[in-house]
Amino acid sequence: MAVVSSRGQRLSNRVAIAAILVITLVFLAPIYWIGSTAFKPRSLATTSPPTIVYQPEISPMVKLFTKRVQLKPNEKVDYDNAPWWERMIFDGGERISRTGKGAIQLSGYPDRFINSLIVAVTSTLLAVGMGTITAYGFSRFRVKGEADWLFFILSTRMLPPIVVAIPMFLMYRAAGLNDSHVGLILLYTAFNVSFAVWLMKGFIDEIPKEYEEAALVDGYTRLQAFWKIVLPEAATGIAATAVFCFITAWNEYAFALILTNKKAQTAPPFIPSQIGSGLPDWTVIAAGTVLFLLPVAIFTFLLRNHLLRGMSFGAIRK
Amino acid sequence: MTSLIATLDPGSRAATRGLSDIAIRNLFVIPTIVFLIIFNIFPLLYSLGYSFTDFRASTKDPANFIGLKNYMDLLSDPNIWSNFTITAQYVIVSVTGQVIVGFGLALLLNRSFPLKGLVTTLLLLPMMLSMAVVGLFWKLLYDPNFGIINYALGLGKFEWLANPKFALYAVALTDVWMWSPFVMLLSLAGLSAVPKHLYEAASIDRASRLYTFFRITLPLVAPILLIAIIFRTMEAFKTFDLAYVMTSQPTTEVVSIRLYKMAFQEWQTGKSCALAYIVLIMVLCITNVYVKYLNKAKER
Repeated sequence: MAVVSSRGQRLSNRVAIAAILVITLVFLAPIYWIGSTAFKPRSLATTSPPTIVYQPEISPMVKLFTKRVQLKPNEKVDYDNAPWWERMIFDGGERISRTGKGAIQLSGYPDRFINSLIVAVTSTLLAVGMGTITAYGFSRFRVKGEADWLFFILSTRMLPPIVVAIPMFLMYRAAGLNDSHVGLILLYTAFNVSFAVWLMKGFIDEIPKEYEEAALVDGYTRLQAFWKIVLPEAATGIAATAVFCFITAWNEYAFALILTNKKAQTAPPFIPSQIGSGLPDWTVIAAGTVLFLLPVAIFTFLLRNHLLRGMSFGAIRK
Repeated sequence: MTSLIATLDPGSRAATRGLSDIAIRNLFVIPTIVFLIIFNIFPLLYSLGYSFTDFRASTKDPANFIGLKNYMDLLSDPNIWSNFTITAQYVIVSVTGQVIVGFGLALLLNRSFPLKGLVTTLLLLPMMLSMAVVGLFWKLLYDPNFGIINYALGLGKFEWLANPKFALYAVALTDVWMWSPFVMLLSLAGLSAVPKHLYEAASIDRASRLYTFFRITLPLVAPILLIAIIFRTMEAFKTFDLAYVMTSQPTTEVVSIRLYKMAFQEWQTGKSCALAYIVLIMVLCITNVYVKYLNKAKER
């Protein structure tokens, strides 16, 4: 940018910074709003005009994890002996439903969250593992028709998910893989491996070949050189690729909607399905949303220096 | 195989020790390619076959070969064309919005100020979130009765998502919120690569701001901006999650949603495979253009 010299430029610089502040606040407002709804009592979540100042409470989080039933008129509950978090539910006119043995019944959310974790973590490990070695192969050895293969690998990622999901659904149905963790993991691995190859190839291309060649002269085999020289050098790249793959799998919606319905269902199709019929409890939906978005928000901060590279498939580097 | 050894790079002395380079290359590359063929090409061949049949996955009836009937029906169906028109409208509105907001933000951010890194990262947050979940919580923001948007803008009980005329724009607005940061991110990279001495020269020549912008900034950022536009166009063309979660208005039925309904609600499996192929060919064309520009950007 031009060297700020004149008074006019300094002033316009200040105006720009003020504009940035305002725009940043506007941009973050939706996220703030869903976050604040996650800590509201239900009666304040859908008021008109919207409630902005309120006493935050933790009851939506308790409700998120438990199955509840409405209290019948005149129904007595053991209020005094109940733990603090259960009293919040009583205050909301509900009680936590229990099994015959008195154990608390959980809502559908924790299972979906765990499914999301299982599927995202496993598929990330597979995709990054395969992606790294394939990228190494493309980076260090001559592969016939390399550009065409790389285009093929990329194009598999560009297809609209629904286009692939139709035959996948039929094939998985025939193979008994519908609504299974394995099915979803394999599909997300295939989806992410193309990304991992492209991104990792960029990172490995940046490691000088001379490092391995020196190791080979010292008596390392090619595999040892890869393991002991290339992998440690590529560690940052591998970590960044892994986080991107995790976020993609974590956020994925269309495949999960079509290929899972209960046992292996992940959080993205589950959270919107909570709306269903009747009046939704937006505080619970917001609580589920906040917990679901939190890992991604943390990862975004960890990734901040690699976002450009990752989001452009490694095409643009700073 | 022997000819391949000769073409390997001369620096590889390990060919005689441990696994040969060729073996390692094959071991590293082939499984991934095979895996991708199984999970991408094979399903597509499978659905290509079904696209010539009247197969319905909800029944046990065998699939009958009906030739090109599905394709003819689809291409002569005005409803399908309207799905494509809606998609095109969505692509144009959302990508234009993203370019204006994203590039504008990049111009603003392209100066030094305190906490620049933090502000930039915060602005990038929306694009990292799950589209389905974002669509869901924007429903709360858009709610005509208790939504914060109507309240903040003083619009009373304005209907956003239940309004057939406006729903598509409401979804596109959410898309703009989510993906302007992407255009901003790429534009910032472009802007920071513009050599400073060009601006110094322009200021010595007392060139006007507008002149500097149109003759120096824009031409130099254009290639990277074009990548952002192509990428967003492709993604907007494929859009499913946001519109599907946010509204069920027929005026927001983009191609992906039509495809989903045809395949999994109406169970016209054969016909949906044919539509999937029409979409596939369009996407491959856009991808081809995209990859060309990616490679060009890499060469620079």
